[in-house]
Amino acid sequence: MKNNMTKTTPLDAMEQTTGVPTEENQIAIDANIEAIYYGKFRAVRQSHVPIRKGEITGFIGPSGCGKSTVLRSLNRMNDLIPTFKMKGHVHFMGQDIYDPAIDPVVVRRHIGMVFQQPNPFAMSIYDNVAFGLKINRFKGDVNQRVEEALREAALWDEVKDKLHSSGLALSGGQQQRLCIARAIAPNPTVLLMDEPCSALDPIATRKVEKLMHELKKHYTVAIVTHNMQQAQRVADTTAFFSVDISDGERCGYLVEMGKTEELFEDPKQELTRKYIRGEFS
Amino acid sequence: MGASETLPMTATGEINAAIIPDLRRKRMERRSFLDTLFTLGLWGIAAIGAIPLFSVLYMLITKGGARLSLDLFTQLPPAGFMQGGGFGNAIVGTIVMVGVACVIAVPLGICGGVLTGAMAPKSKTAKVVRFIGKVMSGFPSILAGVFTYAWLVVGLKTYSALAGGVALSILMLPIVLLTAEQAVAMVPKRMKDAAYGMGCTHTQVILKVVLPASLPSILTGIMLGIARAAGESAPLLFTALFSNYWMRGLMEPTASLSILIYNFSGMPFPNQIELAWAASLVLVLIVFTFNILSRILGRPKY
Repeated sequence: MKNNMTKTTPLDAMEQTTGVPTEENQIAIDANIEAIYYGKFRAVRQSHVPIRKGEITGFIGPSGCGKSTVLRSLNRMNDLIPTFKMKGHVHFMGQDIYDPAIDPVVVRRHIGMVFQQPNPFAMSIYDNVAFGLKINRFKGDVNQRVEEALREAALWDEVKDKLHSSGLALSGGQQQRLCIARAIAPNPTVLLMDEPCSALDPIATRKVEKLMHELKKHYTVAIVTHNMQQAQRVADTTAFFSVDISDGERCGYLVEMGKTEELFEDPKQELTRKYIRGEFS
Repeated sequence: MGASETLPMTATGEINAAIIPDLRRKRMERRSFLDTLFTLGLWGIAAIGAIPLFSVLYMLITKGGARLSLDLFTQLPPAGFMQGGGFGNAIVGTIVMVGVACVIAVPLGICGGVLTGAMAPKSKTAKVVRFIGKVMSGFPSILAGVFTYAWLVVGLKTYSALAGGVALSILMLPIVLLTAEQAVAMVPKRMKDAAYGMGCTHTQVILKVVLPASLPSILTGIMLGIARAAGESAPLLFTALFSNYWMRGLMEPTASLSILIYNFSGMPFPNQIELAWAASLVLVLIVFTFNILSRILGRPKY
């Protein structure tokens, strides 16, 4: 698989402690997946997915190709599924997050997540954003950080006069931006977004996409999307996943990954070309 | 009758969009008639179901309401041929014993519910706890009394409010546990996912997201438990017994409204029988008050 990629990254990112801006330390998360299993079912086979710092990486591909599974394995959200089993390594800040010594809870505090369905807590807008600060025992000015996060999520102007009303009373698009504000308030390094716009209308979708361009100034973003146009609009790098049904079982894998324009204009793989042309989905 | 009247069809049975359909309501048409009949039937059955409830309330208010006065709350039960009196000690006794039952059953029930509903719903422990809860909810109340008698009353060598409370908690626990389980399991997965995604530990997810979200339903369960416990007399017969005096501590025989109703309703004196009616009304009012309070307190804020 690796030779399909436009750039090669060393398998081992453990050495990236030097301050020199080398190719390795441009990588925020270096996922070397050998296989991901749900029970006996192999959902994803060997895939090497490097997520570049300060960029938006888009994951595209047909249904069941494992793109969400891969995304969720980047902050160990999949650990909540009892049958989940991961073979391989995911390096984040020089540490393998699947090392037995690593606490998945701490990993998730540094690698935040935004979900497909807007899922604010049944609390006020303010408490939703302050939630992550409270569980992290944030020492600074909570009010200020809440305002910053809401501004970064482009929601401040709409909610500044009703911070103490319910987060559930907002519209779907506003709820999703509230969830983004909640995710970025504790200042994570990476933000994972699992089809964040699939439950939103086109106008709300555009707002969230515009917001993503702002977010990448401060955070590394990885986004799963069903929508190829969305990947083209927002992603700097795009990873195309597909399903291999040749040996009788459905198994997702990374087909090709590269700069978004290159991937869409001149894909190296025939499968990618077909998918982009819309010949299968 | 039927479809031929509602769809614009030609004589041969084909649907013809060119015919303007008749959209007016036709009450005597078969579907419409059955619909009305069915709706009325349901209302009728609901009304029949409500008759016993309202007739009990009506009886309580007419027969017990006359004696409703401050004396009931401040005076002690009268002896034989005496007039007046009240049952202040029984009100206190019932509240204290239900309180003891709550102190035992509420934390245990909520913890059990969190275990079976949220933490490990499929584990062996959860299955065992759930099974015991279901068995206990059908437990005859008199057996709860006998059991507590054998362990506590015999062990401590005295009838007591404590033993009464323990006996009531046996009846309350399964109600709290099973409703808490339901309430906790109903919290949407995506809300829990959000909390895990923020880097919450299991404990934080439960304390900060799951329990606050399920609080109203858990409170409803507690209220059901309280209503059940407050109305029980059988478990108190062998545990708290009764007393004609104000209670001074947990370790002595204690009066309760349910036993007072049981005792006085069988007496040949009109005054006592009136008091039994009044006590029934007060018992219902106490449960009702707690119910309303819990609904106000447990109302979801957002």
